[in-house]
Amino acid sequence: MKSAVKKFKGLSDKAIAWIFIAPTLILLLAINIYPLIYAIRMSFTNFYANKIGREVKFVGLKNYKKILGKEEIWEKMQITAHFVCWTLVLQALIGLGLALLLNKKFKGNELLTTLIVLPMMLSPAVVGVFWTYLYNPQVGLFNYVVNFFYDFGIFDMIGSSTLAPWSIVIVDTWMWTPFTMLICLAGLRSIPNYLYEAAEVDRASKWQQFIHITLPSVLPFLLLALLFRGIENFKMFDLVAELTSGGPGSATELASINLKREAFEKWKTGYSSAFAVILFVTIFGFGNVYVKVMNKIKER
Amino acid sequence: MDTSRSPLEATGFSRKLAATIIIVYMIVTLIPITWMVATSFKSVDSAISYPPEVFFEPSLEGYVNLFTNRSRQPKDYLDSLPPPDTWYEELVRSREMVITGPSKFLPRYSNSLIIGFGATFFSVFLGSLAAYALSRFKVPLKDDLLFFILSTRMFPPIAVAVPIFIMYRKLGLGDTHVGMIILYTVVNLSLSVWLLKGFMDEIPREYEEAAMIDGYSRMQAFFKVVLPQATTGIAATAIFCMIFSWNEYAFAVLLTQFNAQTAPPFIPTIIGEGGLDWPAIGAGTTLFLIPVMIFTVVLRKHLLRGITFGAVRK
Repeated sequence: MKSAVKKFKGLSDKAIAWIFIAPTLILLLAINIYPLIYAIRMSFTNFYANKIGREVKFVGLKNYKKILGKEEIWEKMQITAHFVCWTLVLQALIGLGLALLLNKKFKGNELLTTLIVLPMMLSPAVVGVFWTYLYNPQVGLFNYVVNFFYDFGIFDMIGSSTLAPWSIVIVDTWMWTPFTMLICLAGLRSIPNYLYEAAEVDRASKWQQFIHITLPSVLPFLLLALLFRGIENFKMFDLVAELTSGGPGSATELASINLKREAFEKWKTGYSSAFAVILFVTIFGFGNVYVKVMNKIKER
Repeated sequence: MDTSRSPLEATGFSRKLAATIIIVYMIVTLIPITWMVATSFKSVDSAISYPPEVFFEPSLEGYVNLFTNRSRQPKDYLDSLPPPDTWYEELVRSREMVITGPSKFLPRYSNSLIIGFGATFFSVFLGSLAAYALSRFKVPLKDDLLFFILSTRMFPPIAVAVPIFIMYRKLGLGDTHVGMIILYTVVNLSLSVWLLKGFMDEIPREYEEAAMIDGYSRMQAFFKVVLPQATTGIAATAIFCMIFSWNEYAFAVLLTQFNAQTAPPFIPTIIGEGGLDWPAIGAGTTLFLIPVMIFTVVLRKHLLRGITFGAVRK
């Protein structure tokens, strides 16, 4: 068959393969890899993008030492960790719960799923703005509803440094829980019926069925969902930039928000490039370890 | 044991309970969106009243404010003007203001459309070429290549924004439509290649092979047999790319300012007198979200695939 095909006119398969892949590869190299290498190079210099003509000096590892030795950066990392951990925990629990409920096939199931999924399709920046309205301490609907159930008086989700870290957790959870839900639902639907039928024959209780059949089957799917969300939230910028823009003070200044401030407000290009490289390596490292662990769990 | 149904199937009661909880969640989760749409039909005064008004007199003030710039004028000047020609002028006049010109919303919205469609077209076109090659041919280091393509999504946008900013400044691409189309094309390529490769893997090779035996070249077979077979997949991928470009914010806010700015960085800056103009922001948000909501409904069958880069298929 193969040799018969080769005899036909036109370019060889090998040539076509390269012609087809080349544009994608070239674009990715030009707009993704080149800037990354550029950033790595800048991270060893004292370059300021707004001071053109100023002599750019090679400073070695100075930027990296400065960042890793700075207490402020560890604070940002803590803020980011708080955000990532809580959003993952909440989205895993609520998302899995909703998926379990949706898996009990009832009428209107598909329509309800589509409606529930809507928040995650919206523009995070626009979501950020309209939540500032919902969180408004004087006229916000969120505050009104909370006070309706228990009267806290006037409180400011975004303006208070103790509440602000939670305000971003709430909005992100609202927006992205459908993501875990959808993936878990796919996991639940992939469990073959005969497993439950066999368990029923063996007189396993519903709870035992859940622990020994449902949970292990969904786990790889849930872990995959959390990997995606973890990476996204570690890089989180748009939603929080519009919701709190890192404030009050620096209570919600996640790593990316801090990076934007250093790079585009203070124009410390060399320094911020070093920080960007550190973030990228962190994401890549965590991601790789996570995938290894995930595959181990899958194999079991 | 009741043998008429499989033990998987829930009992009537637990199914009803599940449905109730899901409906309650659906209502609660849609309140913020509904509230924003409702706010777009409120007057400025009604939007800042407390307790929040659930029932209100509808007004188009938000939409008028979204599309116009206005300035406040003294009463005697307003009285000296000829009567307003249109309903929206009348509405603005009743707030003791005059319209001074169109706002930037329309240009920003059309920028979103131009850049969105442009980037979608190129990422789907280039993506389907690469996906076909990766799906059908022996490519050296194929898995590494695919992983490399995916890994470009792991960069925080801000990390590459600085070098791209400098690069674009040198090339004269800063704040231009072309620059943004190229950028969004590249960001979408990883998604497009991964999704389309999945769709193309599902098309049996026999189709093209039969066509080639009938005298088609490989190229012809690709364009005339494979692409038409992959229409659904291509459409789904295109919608995902469109939604991404439509919603993107980080690059837009950092790399564009006047000429090529899209709607997401613009909507949060709509300011009225004494702070943000909530009905106008509501109106902008509503007009901005409608296309995405329609897309979501159209896409519902492929949603899962799209959000997981094809890792999970139903």
